[in-house]
Amino acid sequence: MHPAPSVIVFTTLSGLGFGFLAFLGLGAVPVSGLAAFLLYGLAYGFAVAGLLASTFHLGNPQRAWRAFTQWRTSWLSREAWTSVATLLLMAPAALAAIFAGFTPATFGLPGALLALVTVFCTSMIYAQLKTVPRWNQWVTPALFLTFALTGGAMLSGRSLIAVLLCILLAVLLVVSFRRGDKALAESGTTMETATGLGGIGKVRLYEPPHTNSNYLMREMIHVVGRKHSQKLRAIAVLFAAVLPGLILLTLPHSLAAVALAVALHLMGAFAARWLFFAEAEHVVGLYYGAR
Amino acid sequence: MTELPQSTKRKLGLVIDLDICVGCHACVTACKGWNTENYGVPLSDIDAYGDDPSGTFLNRIHSFEVQPESGGCAQTVHFPKSCLHCDDAPCVTVCPTGASYKREDDGIVLVNEDACIGCGLCAWACPYGAREMDQAAGVMKKCTLCVDRIYNDNLPEIDRVPSCVRTCPAGARHFGDLGDPGSDVSRLVAERGGFDLMPEMGTKPVNKYLPPRPKDRPAAPALEPIADVKATGVAGWLDRLLEKF
Amino acid sequence: MTYRQPALDTSPRVSDEIRKTTCYMCACRCGINVHIKDGRVAYIEGNRDHPVNKGVLCAKGSSGIMQVTAPSRLRHPMKRVGPRGSGQFEEISWDEAMELAVSWLKPLRDADPEKMAFFTGRDQSQSLTGFWAQAYGTQNYAAHGGFCSVNMAAGGIYTIGGAFWEFGQPDWDRTRLFVLFGVAEDHDSNPIKMGIGKLKTNGGKVIGVNPIRSGYNAVADDWYGVTPGADGLLILALVHELLKAGKVDLDYLAQFTNSPCLVNEAEGPEKGLLLRDGDGKLLVIDRNSGKPVAFDTPGVKPDLGASHNGARTVFQHMAEKYLADTYAPEKVADRVGIPAERIKGLAAELARVAFEEEIVLDREWVDFRGDKHDKMIGRPVSFHSMRGVSAHSNGFQTARALHMLQVLLGSVETPGGWRMKPPYPKPVEGHPKPHCGVTPGQPLDGPHLGYPLGPEHLALKEDGSPARIDKAFSWENPMSAHGLMHMMISNAHAGDPYKIDTLFLYMANMAWNSSMNTRAVIEMLTDTDDSGEYVIPRIIYSDAYSSEMVAYADLILPDTTYLERHDCISLLDRPICEADAAADAIRWPVVEPDRNVRGFQTVLIELGARLGLPGFVNEDGSAKYKDYADYIVSHERRPGVGPLMGFRGNGDEAGRGKPNPDQLQKYIENGAFFVAHIPEEAEFYKPWNLAYQDWAVGLGLYDKPAPYLFTLYSEPMRRFQLAAEGHGERQPPEHLRDRLKLAMDPLPTWYTPFGDEGAEAFPVHALTQRPMAMYHSWGSQNAWLRQIHGRNPLYLPTKIWEANGFQDGDWAKVTSPHGEIVVPVAHQAGLNENTVWTWNAIGKRKGAWALDENAPEATKGFLLNHLIHELLPPKGDGLRWSNSDPVTGQAAWFDLRVRIERVAQRHESEPVFPPINSPVPPAPKNRLQGAEE
Ligand SMILES: Nc1nc2c(c(=O)[nH]1)N[C@H]1C(S)=C(S)[C@@H](COP(=O)(O)OP(=O)(O)OC[C@H]3O[C@@H](n4cnc5c(=O)[nH]c(N)nc54)[C@H](O)[C@@H]3O)O[C@H]1N2
Ligand SMILES: Nc1nc2c(c(=O)[nH]1)N[C@H]1C(S)=C(S)[C@@H](COP(=O)(O)OP(=O)(O)OC[C@H]3O[C@@H](n4cnc5c(=O)[nH]c(N)nc54)[C@H](O)[C@@H]3O)O[C@H]1N2
Ligand code: SF4
Ligand code: SF4
Ligand code: SF4
Ligand code: SF4
Ligand code: SF4
Ligand SMILES: [Mo]
Repeated sequence: MHPAPSVIVFTTLSGLGFGFLAFLGLGAVPVSGLAAFLLYGLAYGFAVAGLLASTFHLGNPQRAWRAFTQWRTSWLSREAWTSVATLLLMAPAALAAIFAGFTPATFGLPGALLALVTVFCTSMIYAQLKTVPRWNQWVTPALFLTFALTGGAMLSGRSLIAVLLCILLAVLLVVSFRRGDKALAESGTTMETATGLGGIGKVRLYEPPHTNSNYLMREMIHVVGRKHSQKLRAIAVLFAAVLPGLILLTLPHSLAAVALAVALHLMGAFAARWLFFAEAEHVVGLYYGAR
Repeated sequence: MTELPQSTKRKLGLVIDLDICVGCHACVTACKGWNTENYGVPLSDIDAYGDDPSGTFLNRIHSFEVQPESGGCAQTVHFPKSCLHCDDAPCVTVCPTGASYKREDDGIVLVNEDACIGCGLCAWACPYGAREMDQAAGVMKKCTLCVDRIYNDNLPEIDRVPSCVRTCPAGARHFGDLGDPGSDVSRLVAERGGFDLMPEMGTKPVNKYLPPRPKDRPAAPALEPIADVKATGVAGWLDRLLEKF
Repeated sequence: MTYRQPALDTSPRVSDEIRKTTCYMCACRCGINVHIKDGRVAYIEGNRDHPVNKGVLCAKGSSGIMQVTAPSRLRHPMKRVGPRGSGQFEEISWDEAMELAVSWLKPLRDADPEKMAFFTGRDQSQSLTGFWAQAYGTQNYAAHGGFCSVNMAAGGIYTIGGAFWEFGQPDWDRTRLFVLFGVAEDHDSNPIKMGIGKLKTNGGKVIGVNPIRSGYNAVADDWYGVTPGADGLLILALVHELLKAGKVDLDYLAQFTNSPCLVNEAEGPEKGLLLRDGDGKLLVIDRNSGKPVAFDTPGVKPDLGASHNGARTVFQHMAEKYLADTYAPEKVADRVGIPAERIKGLAAELARVAFEEEIVLDREWVDFRGDKHDKMIGRPVSFHSMRGVSAHSNGFQTARALHMLQVLLGSVETPGGWRMKPPYPKPVEGHPKPHCGVTPGQPLDGPHLGYPLGPEHLALKEDGSPARIDKAFSWENPMSAHGLMHMMISNAHAGDPYKIDTLFLYMANMAWNSSMNTRAVIEMLTDTDDSGEYVIPRIIYSDAYSSEMVAYADLILPDTTYLERHDCISLLDRPICEADAAADAIRWPVVEPDRNVRGFQTVLIELGARLGLPGFVNEDGSAKYKDYADYIVSHERRPGVGPLMGFRGNGDEAGRGKPNPDQLQKYIENGAFFVAHIPEEAEFYKPWNLAYQDWAVGLGLYDKPAPYLFTLYSEPMRRFQLAAEGHGERQPPEHLRDRLKLAMDPLPTWYTPFGDEGAEAFPVHALTQRPMAMYHSWGSQNAWLRQIHGRNPLYLPTKIWEANGFQDGDWAKVTSPHGEIVVPVAHQAGLNENTVWTWNAIGKRKGAWALDENAPEATKGFLLNHLIHELLPPKGDGLRWSNSDPVTGQAAWFDLRVRIERVAQRHESEPVFPPINSPVPPAPKNRLQGAEE
């Protein structure tokens, strides 16, 4: 799939924001006043920036409100609802934290839960797609949630949890690469099933429908060089999980250490997300001979 | 709206005969022409005369070569592809805005362009590459099964068929109700072993493809000479030939 | 909850008005309904009532809007101001343009008309352009048929009085086996597709004989990947098998062909000619009486096996030739590239379908002898063939062989077989002979082109040198019925046989895809002599678009597009008839041009008037016709016979009748065409069927019935062979004798294509094919079509692909005896293992067609033409041997042999030409209906 910057930014930042909100809602960071304002501001900032980025992806963003209408079937619509609900529900919690110095569980707990549901909804936008076998598995929501929680834990200064999550994240990333690489083959979808010509024999593309590229090819067919992808995978695991984990484990607890860990984590997350898209093979590629 | 109807009264769709399609692209430009002028915004062509022209098309012809398992010569198959108007259309259920929907009456899957935000998710959800975002208008385009032709009172009745079907010179495209087992298209599918594309996707396409008939038949036995020309000479051969004449 | 869905208007208004006219996105000429909305063209669909396409339309036809709105449309008459090839022009008025043209053409006509050469492309108004050129008085006129497919036309006409091309068709409703030799698309584009679809739907079989398995050959039930240039051998092997097994239609051969005619075997100038009676009628031996009688004697039963005074029948000569081992499947298999077993199988299948699936129609008919037949017997095998056979230097004889095969099976003009479309059948004797009698200031002494019956009809000067600039009808290619457009520029440049002054070209992209040896042709067009004058001093050109050729002309006469002008698809020219109907059609301006352009035919008529050409002026010297529309209606070729056959006289006469001023309006009301159906009893056996002959006379196709025998044995060819053997007054030059003896065999034969001679270092055959969705060079200006074919890889077979280690995205250097190109490659498995190919005419010159200079057509697209020379490689004899069929002069495009090497990837195909200045403004960036961005 085309690794569009808007979707990468959207999923990464909103994940981080909602992950952090979940920790805040759970009262994991007992702050008040300006500190609370800044922290909630940061969480809201990530979440909202991510959501805004997603609208850059739209052909007609002025109609974005319509995306709320189809919650019964559409994960994107559900995500729209849960994200807004989370942001609304967390508002009293944030205000209470800023002005009253505590996080009311009435809002905080459901808010935290909704934040995670939001991340889950986001992940399901991808995980539901049978057309992209690499995404269409449990590891996708697990990964999105773990990313959100890991980032949230780091930002919340919950180093121990963060380190444990980093380990989980590293494992999940590796699992996702491993499983992802086999996903298309295991899906059973081939040029032969795509064309229905498998009964005759092996199918290959002889002439594409048009000599130039088209929307489908640009959007769905992205080929990443194997060497390139191995390098990025290493970077993703290293930066998103290993280095931040080591920092939190080894460096003394400080704002600087947390900031460094988060910064590295975010870089890793971007790399991982870029790969998440770039390496995902849409089955439509089979019609274009991309196997 | 992006819920799918429980069932549709009819299942209108296309049956495409891969044994006959010569890959002429007539259906491609007929479709482009009709849909540029009719349903929804016109189909655009970006960089139309430039170095990377890229337009919106609702129907495209791929060409494949199939190497028979049994050996022998590779066969060329021209392969038209447009929306299959799936019964379990994932492109509909993913749509956050309700712009995508499947009609209850006839099963046609459409995009209500006024409601489409151009998120592209439906194109991701379609396994067949049947949806294309129009680069100029930012809305999703797809085969409408020429819904603005097939019921159009302003057209003579015989013309109330999709543009691509009307134009196909080889007669490789058939239109009809695949929900009615007695329809011409259903009978064709039954007779010729019509199949689904990517059945494993669970989309239950309405459109069906008819397979190419077996090719490259074994050579017929050689003809029996009426005389051994070497032995009899041309004269002897001629006598044999003309004796019954 | 009930399911909710938006309300939808399923009956929107489609258009304001439908205007019916004729497509010209290619030469097939389908009927179209042009939907007009707010005065502009909104949508084009096929006309269901039209005899050619019955409602369907091809990819090009449906893209007509893109042609009519193309940014490449020329806008004004233009005069060259920069050097030739620079593309620098000045816009001038029509008046100035006409004055200029007259100032060049008039003095030439008065002094030396042959110095003006008028050549036209695929315009299909040759009955007008030829008439004009004849009135002008130059012998140097022809259309594009010589580089196109004259082998097919002439091979057919000399054999059966009709041809493939678009002049005949299988009886699609009844045929059971259809064999296609060397066709990718052809002029009968939609009818062939409709026919194949219908045949396959009815359970019939299609067999494709073609080195390449795409398009029609992809849907063929069996594919025979023949080695290029070997079809003649394959066909004669089939003939060998059929004869050996006696599977030929003896009745048919005896009655309707010259197989029972007697070949004079006495030494002398008559040797090899057929015996005739005192009235000049062919003799046959009657089986009833054993006596020689005229072939058309009522009740005669011609004897195929007879001898008479040492003269044996044609049939015996055929048997002797084709039963020989030379044509045994085992002997030819290697050269043909098809195993002997499959060749035999094919022969057996032909025989089975022809004789075991015989069709009998209970229809009475009377033949030309007056003999009654109570039924029509059909042999449901049909064939079609085109440039795959004809674009080789042995194409004429191969075409003849194929017609002979059809005739042996008794499947020509019979139910289920292959039938001719009016004005065919027409015996070769019924065609004009070439004329070259020039008198300054006067018309030519007759039509330019025709069908020579012997050396006496050649177009030679008194000294025996070629009279025509293209050397048509000379000893180099005696039966060049369509002229040799591909030799014209090269000959004019070489001053061989003489120099010319003004070249007048219409609708032919000679500086690009329609020339062999493109770079050299460009150089010839720009070459100057010692005095600094261009070697071809003046070039007038009419095009509608900014093609590559425009830059090389001195005066541009910009044409309209096909929806903006009158055209006439006439029985006098290349009509749109069906096997069971005569039909013609028109185009009319369904929209008005928005530029300062004029229909070329109108311009030509006005030029004729300004030049005072007979036929174009009244007695008082005033213009005879207002414009082309007026000409179409009022011109009479013979009394009562004009360009259009329909609605003559008071509107209800067909074929013959006085001019009717309302004729065009009547055509428009009728959908822009007219059909005259052939009566049922006249639908088959047309060359011999009295009912058909009478009907054709009534319609004005001939002036009296003209039945004839199919000429499996060609006397005209024998006459040329006799000359080569030393008989007769007109004698060929010494160096051509052997070639003529070989090529002018009166019985169909096969010889190695000239391109194969000495080509051992170039082991691979290189071909082009027509893409169905692209028309020569014009398609690339079409925003929709160019997305389908914006570049063209060279397709390589698996053997070459693997031997060179090619991978997707690779490039190759392709070398021929004449030059080299570097191009992108792709792999195709369904391909003859010694053949490579590409789509024709996709490659474009930078700066042409209003395309971006980096358009893929210009950077990745390429032409094979750079590898093909109009002359054969020098043989060391100091002579120029043209790369053409020795009989007809047909350009041997497909004789090309090459060598392939893998090279490093490039950004651009080679050769790279510098861009030409565009004479039209740059194109808009994006395209939206009704509004460009
Ligand atoms: N390598 C290779 N070369 C080939 C062939 C091949 O098979 N292989 N095929 C050969 C054959 S058979 C042919 S027929 C030729 C075809 O070659 P051309 O006859 O040169 O064909 P086009 O490219 O169609 O060019 C015709 C010109 O007509 C112009 N034109 C189009 N419409 C109009 C109009 O309405 N009015 C006027 N005045 N001009 C118009 C176009 O702009 C173009 O410049 O190519 C030959 N060249
Ligand atoms: N869409 C479209 N239609 C066209 C045209 C166009 O440009 N585009 N051009 C028109 C014109 S001008 C013409 S002349 C006609 C030509 O129509 P076609 O005769 O169909 O011409 P080509 O495409 O040159 O195809 C020649 C075919 O012969 C095959 N071939 C080559 N050599 C051999 C051989 O030795 N033996 C056999 N058996 N096959 C061989 C090639 O593989 C190819 O399939 O088409 C007309 N129709
Ligand atoms: S083919 Fe694709 S776009 Fe059409 S209904 Fe099925 S999933 Fe949707
Ligand atoms: S692009 Fe339009 S139709 Fe497709 S899912 Fe998004 S809103 Fe729905
Ligand atoms: S049914 Fe209509 S919209 Fe669909 S592919 Fe055919 S022409 Fe295009
Ligand atoms: S129009 Fe018919 S024959 Fe041509 S590509 Fe389309 S389906 Fe195939
Ligand atoms: S075959 Fe196509 S381009 Fe040619 S006349 Fe017919 S519709 Fe037009
Ligand atoms: Mo041609």
